[in-house]
Amino acid sequence: MRISEVAEILKCDLVCGAQNLDKPLSSACGADLMSDVLAFAKDGCVLLTGMVNQHVIRTAEMLDVLCIVFVRGKMPSDDICALAETNGITLLCCKSTLYEACGILYTKGLPPCSRL
Amino acid sequence: MANVFSEAFPIVASDYACAGEASAKIKSLLKMIGIDPALIRRVTIAAYEAEMNMIIHSKGGMMTLEISPDTIYLACDDTGPGISDIDKAMQEGFSTAPSNIRMMGFGAGMGLPNIKRNSDTFDIRSCQDGTCLKLKFNINQKGDRP
Repeated sequence: MRISEVAEILKCDLVCGAQNLDKPLSSACGADLMSDVLAFAKDGCVLLTGMVNQHVIRTAEMLDVLCIVFVRGKMPSDDICALAETNGITLLCCKSTLYEACGILYTKGLPPCSRL
Repeated sequence: MANVFSEAFPIVASDYACAGEASAKIKSLLKMIGIDPALIRRVTIAAYEAEMNMIIHSKGGMMTLEISPDTIYLACDDTGPGISDIDKAMQEGFSTAPSNIRMMGFGAGMGLPNIKRNSDTFDIRSCQDGTCLKLKFNINQKGDRP
């Protein structure tokens, strides 16, 4: 599944990082605890989270996560967007809850990190 | 040991605005010298967890990266207050992080176990005067060991 498909399926707003939209995703990781993301996220995954702060971007940077979906209608601030742009990370926002967003992507065939 | 590179990164206690900058620099350096991406990922995860631990729990300290032809060394030395029970701290889910840290998404009790999982050699010593974490990563073996 490509990032553009995730954006379409979850009816996301694109915040920044349009250059990655055609890039493929291996899996998805849904978590608000960045400690868990560091422990479980795999290469090439999309991170779905309700946590909106610069540590989410830093965590994604460490793991080479190309795309973050902020759920529950949360919008990142300008400084968070700037850090994401510096690191080439695509930011998407959707209105779904974390549970809904992960479930929708799962039913569309995007596997969880734990199965890789 | 013939080191070809060494750099130290000061870590300031409770400096959440700069959290991750040292680890990002380490990642960038490893990329620049052409280290295997899977190994870079392991070193970066361990460095970031260690950096966050120092920022959250310690009075500050220093992360030192040394790269020899076959090994990456990462030493994290802080000035206290130390870990009272290392065995407990090594258990997944055990955390002493306060609620404001958890609100930022950290303090899940995954840090030290995750550092150990991602390193090839893990050594930790701690007393009231500080904690000394020494990690080694073998360059010449396949990077994605864990």
